[in-house]
Amino acid sequence: MSLLEVRNLNVSSGALSLVGDVNFEVDAGERVGLIGESGSGKSLTALAIMGLLGEGLSASGEVRFDNEDLLAASERRRCELRGSRIAMIFQEPMSALNPTRRIGDQVGETLRIHQNFSRRASEKAAIELLARVEFAEPERYARMYPHELSGGQRQRAMIASAISCDPEVILADEPTTALDVTVQRRVLDLLDRLVDEEGCALLLIAHDLAVVSEVCDRVVTMYGGHVVESGSVAQIIDEPHHPYTKALLATSRALSVTESASGADLPSIPGTVPSAGQFPRGCPFRDRCDRSVEACVEMPPTLTEDTRTLACWNPVERVERVSDGAR
Amino acid sequence: MSDLAAGTTGRGALDDLAALDASAARDTRAWRRWLRNPNSLIGGVIVLLVVASALTSLFWTPYNPLAVDPAHALAGPSLHHLLGTDEYGRDVFSRLMASSQIALFVGALSVLIATVIGIPAGLLAAQRPGAIGQVVLRLADILYGFPALLAAIVLAAAFGASKTTVVLAIGISYIPVFIRVTRSNALVVLNSEYVLAARAYGRRPLAILRRHVVPNIATTIIAQMSLLFSLTVLAEAALDFLGLGTAAPAASWGTMLQSSQNYLGNDALLTVWPSLAIVICVLGFSLLGDGIGELRDARSRH
Repeated sequence: MSLLEVRNLNVSSGALSLVGDVNFEVDAGERVGLIGESGSGKSLTALAIMGLLGEGLSASGEVRFDNEDLLAASERRRCELRGSRIAMIFQEPMSALNPTRRIGDQVGETLRIHQNFSRRASEKAAIELLARVEFAEPERYARMYPHELSGGQRQRAMIASAISCDPEVILADEPTTALDVTVQRRVLDLLDRLVDEEGCALLLIAHDLAVVSEVCDRVVTMYGGHVVESGSVAQIIDEPHHPYTKALLATSRALSVTESASGADLPSIPGTVPSAGQFPRGCPFRDRCDRSVEACVEMPPTLTEDTRTLACWNPVERVERVSDGAR
Repeated sequence: MSDLAAGTTGRGALDDLAALDASAARDTRAWRRWLRNPNSLIGGVIVLLVVASALTSLFWTPYNPLAVDPAHALAGPSLHHLLGTDEYGRDVFSRLMASSQIALFVGALSVLIATVIGIPAGLLAAQRPGAIGQVVLRLADILYGFPALLAAIVLAAAFGASKTTVVLAIGISYIPVFIRVTRSNALVVLNSEYVLAARAYGRRPLAILRRHVVPNIATTIIAQMSLLFSLTVLAEAALDFLGLGTAAPAASWGTMLQSSQNYLGNDALLTVWPSLAIVICVLGFSLLGDGIGELRDARSRH
């Protein structure tokens, strides 16, 4: 039994289904990457796991954490788990910190909530945490306000806050997307190292396969609110079966300088992600897919084979080296 | 894959430099910004003057504001009576000073009533947008549709004209204003990422209101309080003018204005002084409110 099991998770806004029948699990200490374009339902899935869906959104199915169904749990119980055993890092470090409170205060907040730290003790702990996330002068930064920090520094502060109570799993929702390219690497390395040191599980949401493949053990690809493919990083990278994963991989690879030939067009996925409710019937990807067949008007069943799952009527069977395709 | 963002480690020094720059900005003291803003500066000075005159009048005025002196009735401004005397020979300047007490007293109490009820109700409406919030908002609408003047007339009819009547009428009629201001500002904060983050830390709803919502909307509320205070002064004068508030011998700007209208032909200045006092006081509090609002906006631009 896994630490975090998502079973038939559905998120809907009234009659509109936004996330449909999502299934995956995260073992203790495992790092799972959740990838897909914007609008694929990745963030909604994470928020549903945390029980933080916005007004008007409802979740059904099961989110089992340590064999306890979080969706059925009381808000009180969820408050106990959030921050202490399940932590979350948000995409926008600019807005995820309260502008009126000092960094040290906010980094130590989780300890005050869950471990009854006094203000003074949490302040001290915050300084140590800031040192762990590579702040050169943690005492000075602890006294600063969020607007005095750069984006990368703020995201490191958020990471410090997330690890403060030794959570068993961290959900990181595109933690590097809003940052300058130059600091993305540093924040990612830091997250990688801390998750390693803490031995906690990680659910890393990203739209960049390159990021996920470096940090994670397993990859779950989402499109249109559905899981289309999942498997180990090696399996997915070397041999993507779903045309969407393959296309994502091609766009991601092309950005790395060494592998893209000069003069070639940047590979892209034709079309755009439709807005919720505008996805075609059946396979949500079929109208952007170059392999769509007649069967695609029906929703493909999710087939499980060893450690992989796949939902596609016409998968990429042969080993087609994606980088070759990009050239 | 590792070549994607390679060569970008060791950026700590640059990060730290950016932060140093920002911390210099914090050294701009709050009071200097306060003095540099004409609204908050002028408004602040006027409010201080009004408060000072009210406090002084508690134990000293040039003349007893109630002392009648028929020999010097309707005397114009002179060195003895700075602003002249009224129809009973009472010193106008002393009466103006004494009146500021009533204006501030009524203003403070009615704003207090409006905030003590309006702010929690607004927070409740923001926190629970469902049925409870709707009920609160509809109640606010009902109150809103009931003009302060009408409420004062009803209260005066039921309990007699008094300061309490004025305070209750104005206070209650401003409750919906605070409900709306509090709710709309609280909603912005409640929908912010940092409240989502605080919920992800495991904060309970009440603690989120206390720790995140209230501190972030406090400046807006204070600005609104100052603005409403100015309206309260105006409303108090109006109610007194109509004879629904402060009873006869006691001095208030509204009653002074009311009695002066009988002597417009003899001494028009009698009308000018209380009017001027009302205008200046109202102006002071509304400038102060505007100024606080602008200072807040300047700060939030960071």
